Amino acid sequence: MNRRLTAQFRVRSTRLKFLVATTAASLSLLAMSFVFSARGEGGEPRYFAITHARIVPVSGPVIEDGTVVVAKGLIESVGTSVTISPEAWVIEGKGLTVYPGLIDAGTTVGLAEENGTDSNRAKGGASAPPVLGPEGRPGTSPWRVVADEIKTDDKRIETWRSAGFTTTLTVPEGGILPGQAAVLDLAGNRAGDYVVRVNATVPVSFKPVGGFFGFPDSLMGTIAYVRQVYDDTNWYAQAEPAYQANPTKSERPAYDRTEVVLSEAAKRNEIVMLPANNSVQILRGLRLADEWKLRAVLYGGQQGYEVAAALAAKKMPVLVSLKWPERAKDADPEAEQTLRELRFRDRAPGTPAAFTKAGVKFGFYSDGLPGPKDILKNTKKAIDAGLSPDAALRAFTLDSADILGLSDRLGSIAPGKIANLVVTDGDIFNEKTKVKHVFVDGRWFQIHEEATPPEKPGDKKPSDDGDTNARRYSGVEGAGR
Amino acid sequence: MKRALPMVFVFAWMVASPRAYAQNAPTIFIQNATIFTVTQGNIEHGGILIKDGKIAAVGTDLKAPEGAMIIDGTGQFVIPGIIDCHSHIAVDGSVNEGGPAVSSMANIADVLNPDDISIYDDLAGGVTVANVLHGSANPIGGQTIVIKLRWGKPASELPFQGAVPGIKFALGENPKRSGFTPPPGIPDRYPATRLGVEEVIRQAFIEATEYKKQWDDYNTRKTAGEQGLVAPRRNEQLEPLVEVMEGKRYVHSHCYRADEILMLMRVAKEFGFKVRTFQHVLEGYKVADEIAASGAGGSTFSDWWGYKVEAYDAIPYNAALMTERGVVVSINSDDAEEARQLNQEAAKSMKYGGMSANDALKMITINPAIQLGIDKRVGSIEVGKDADLVIYNHNPLSVYAVAQKTLIDGQIYFDRQRDIAGRAALDKEKQGLLDKEKKAAEEKKEEEKKAGEKPAAKPDKKKKPEQKKEPPQSDSVGAIAGGAL
Repeated sequence: MNRRLTAQFRVRSTRLKFLVATTAASLSLLAMSFVFSARGEGGEPRYFAITHARIVPVSGPVIEDGTVVVAKGLIESVGTSVTISPEAWVIEGKGLTVYPGLIDAGTTVGLAEENGTDSNRAKGGASAPPVLGPEGRPGTSPWRVVADEIKTDDKRIETWRSAGFTTTLTVPEGGILPGQAAVLDLAGNRAGDYVVRVNATVPVSFKPVGGFFGFPDSLMGTIAYVRQVYDDTNWYAQAEPAYQANPTKSERPAYDRTEVVLSEAAKRNEIVMLPANNSVQILRGLRLADEWKLRAVLYGGQQGYEVAAALAAKKMPVLVSLKWPERAKDADPEAEQTLRELRFRDRAPGTPAAFTKAGVKFGFYSDGLPGPKDILKNTKKAIDAGLSPDAALRAFTLDSADILGLSDRLGSIAPGKIANLVVTDGDIFNEKTKVKHVFVDGRWFQIHEEATPPEKPGDKKPSDDGDTNARRYSGVEGAGR
Repeated sequence: MKRALPMVFVFAWMVASPRAYAQNAPTIFIQNATIFTVTQGNIEHGGILIKDGKIAAVGTDLKAPEGAMIIDGTGQFVIPGIIDCHSHIAVDGSVNEGGPAVSSMANIADVLNPDDISIYDDLAGGVTVANVLHGSANPIGGQTIVIKLRWGKPASELPFQGAVPGIKFALGENPKRSGFTPPPGIPDRYPATRLGVEEVIRQAFIEATEYKKQWDDYNTRKTAGEQGLVAPRRNEQLEPLVEVMEGKRYVHSHCYRADEILMLMRVAKEFGFKVRTFQHVLEGYKVADEIAASGAGGSTFSDWWGYKVEAYDAIPYNAALMTERGVVVSINSDDAEEARQLNQEAAKSMKYGGMSANDALKMITINPAIQLGIDKRVGSIEVGKDADLVIYNHNPLSVYAVAQKTLIDGQIYFDRQRDIAGRAALDKEKQGLLDKEKKAAEEKKEEEKKAGEKPAAKPDKKKKPEQKKEPPQSDSVGAIAGGAL
C-alpha cells in the first residue's frame, strides 16, 4: 500500500467532513482500512498536520498562524514554517485553536466506580472483627495499582476526552493508603496503552476508617497510623538489605506487603499526596511533609487563599479541587451558619488567583465533579475570581505535568512531547467554544458537533470498516460542552 | 452556640515570625486597678507595666512610660490569666481515639485547630492557657499538649513553649466502656472491668520497658562501635510511655473512685514514674493524704456529681478538703462552655469548704500552673512572668464579674468593647454573604428552568453517563459523643 495516497485525504472545513475527491481515493481508503486492522504494522494513521491554526503551546508564545506536526504519537514540530511529511493527514486549522491536552490531576476516570479495596471492606465491614492497632494495617492496600485496574469501558473516558481532557491522574479510593495512582492518557486499544506512568503517586487519606469499634476512629489516630507506617517502611528499608547481607547475624524481618511496596515507592522517590483542603489542614500537611521528608503534593487546597505565602515559602505544589465548597443540598435551612463557612464558600474560588500571585505551583482536579461541563464551569469561577485564563490553562497542562514529574513529555506543544492536543473553535474557557478534534498519544478523535448533517454515502470515514477503531472515531455528540 | 467571631480584631497584632510575640508586643500600662497577684497579695489602686510581653513592674507608685498604651483600671480588677487544666478545645476531629485500649500513638499536637471558636469564647471568659487532653475512652489515651489561647495565630503558634507534654490516662467506667454495647458480631473491647484497666496499663508499661531496653542495648552497642547494626523498629505507641518513665511526659489521669486512684499510684511506683495530675478525682477527698504524699495534683470540678454511678460519692467540698490536706488543687472545666466561668467555679469553694478568696483564685491560676510545670512563667502577677492577664469589671469571684480584656504575652487577644463595636460589621458581612448565596442560588434555578424550556435534545444524543456523587473530602469528623467526662 502506497502511503503517499493517504496524503490526498484532507480534512478541510470546520465541519470536518472528508472531502473525498475521487472514487479511486475512496477505494484506496477502504484498502487502507483493511491494512489498519493489522495491528503492529502501524496501520492506523500516525502522521498528522494541523495547518494555519492558532497554536497555544503554553511553554512559549502563542503562534497565530502555525502548524503542528504529529508523528507516531509525538509532536514532531510546531511553528510557522515546518515541513509536513507527505504521509501526514492534514487538518485545515483556519479559525481553530490548538491547545495541549488538558490534564485532570485527580479523578477516578478509568476505574470502576466502586473502587474501595476488598481488604478495606473486609476490615471496615460490620461482619469482620475490627482492627485494633496499626499492625492490622487498617484501610491499607498500597500494592493496588490503578494501572492494573483500568476499565476501558468506563463511559467517562470518552466524556472527558471529548471535552479536551487527554490525561488523568487516576486515583484509587477507599482507605488511608488505598493504592497507587497512575497517569493515564485517555485512549488506547488495550488498557496498557493508556498508562503513561504506573507508579505516579501514593495518595494518602486522613479519613478515619475504624468506625467506633476499630482503629483508627479519629483524625489524630489516622495521622498516628500513617506515622507508624512511615516508621515501619523506613525500618524495613534498612533491615531487609542488612539481613540479606548477613543472614546469620539476626532474625529475618517478617514479610509485610505494605512495608515492601512502600519502601520500593520511597526508593523511586514517588510522590505522596497528602490531603489538605482548609488552611489548618494545609499547614498541617506542610508540617507532616517536612517531618516525613516526603516528595509531597497537597491535594484539596481550597482555602489556600489564607496560607498561600506559607505554601510558596515551602515550594509546595498543590492540586486544587475544583469542587468548590457549597452549602449541602440537604442542609437544615434553619441551621446557624458561621461566618467562617460563608467566607470559605465565597472565597475558595479565589485560591488559584492567590496561588498565582504568591508563586505557588498548582494543578486542577475534578474531585468527583459529574463531568467536564462542571469542571469548566468551576474553572470559570476561579477566572472570575481573578485567575488569568493563561494561568488556568497552565494549571490544566504544563503545571500539572510538572507537579507529576512529567513535564518532559506532557503539558505543552513542543517537539518530542506526547501528541496530546485539543483543537477548538475558540477560547478553551469560553462556554460557547466547541472542541473539534482531540489527539491522544497522536491518535486522532473527531468530535462531532450536535448539528452535523447526515453524512453522504460517499463520506466514509476511516473508521467505518475497522472495528477496533470504530468507537474511537465515532466521537461523542455534544459531549462535554 | 457557636458564633463567628472576629479574627479581624487580632489581625492588627498578628506577626510574621512564630517566636516574635513578645518582641512585637506593645508597651502597656494598666493603671489604678485592684490587682490580685495571687502569690504576693492584693494591691489597691495599683499599676502593672508590661514590656516585651512580660510583666515589667507591679506596684502603687508606678508611672506610665512615654508612648505606652494606657489601660485605665479604675474600678477594675486584674488577675493572672486563667489556666484550664482539663480542656478539649481546639481539636480537629474526635478527641478520642477509641479503637485500641492503648491509644498513646494519637497526639493532640497533630490536630490542633486554631480556628475553633471555643478558643475565642474561652478567652472571653479570661482563660489564657489550656491543657488540651485526649478523651477518656482508653486506659492509656493519647498524647496531650498545653496551649496558650493565641486566637488568630496558626496551630504552630498555639503550644506553650517549654511546657512538658502530657498523656491522658483514664480509669473506671469510661475506659471499661460501661453501658456501651457494640452491635452484634463486634466483640467488646478489652478491658471491661476495673481489674482489666489496671492490667492493660501494667502490660503496656511492661512492653514499654522491654522496648526501652531494645533501644538502650542498640545505643550501647552502637556507641561501642559495632558495625552493621539495624536499629529497632520505632513504636509510636510505646515511645510516649518510655518518655513517661523517663519523666519527660506528664501523666494526667481521669479518675473517680478512691480505690482506682490508689491502684494507679501503685502501678506508677512499680514502673518508676509519677502521676502528675489526677483529673476529676471526685473521691480524692477520701485519699487526699495519699495523693499529697505522692506529689500528684488534683484537678477537679466544683460541684458536679451524681451523673454516673462512680460519681455518686462526689461532694462539693472535695477541692477544699484536698487543699486542706496539702494537695495542689485546681478547678477545671472539661468543657468549652464551663471554661468561660471558671472564676465562678473556683468561687464555689468559698461556700463549700470555706476557702479564702485567694485560695479559690489559686485553683484557676498558680495551682494549675504548678500542676502543668509552668508556674515559673504564668499563674501569678509577678515581675518577669508572662503578661497573661484578665481585667474584670467586678471582683472576679463575684457572679457580676465580666471579663473586659484578656492579654496573653502582653497582647490584647480579647477586648469586650472592641468585640461589641465590631459585631455590627460582622453581622453585615454575614448577611451580605448570605444574600449573595441566595441570589446565586436563585439565578441558578432560573438558568436551569430556562435550560429545561429549550427544545428537547436530539433523540440520538447519547445519554451522559451517570456518576455517583462522591462525598466531599474532609478530614474532620464530628467528635464522638460520650467519654469526655
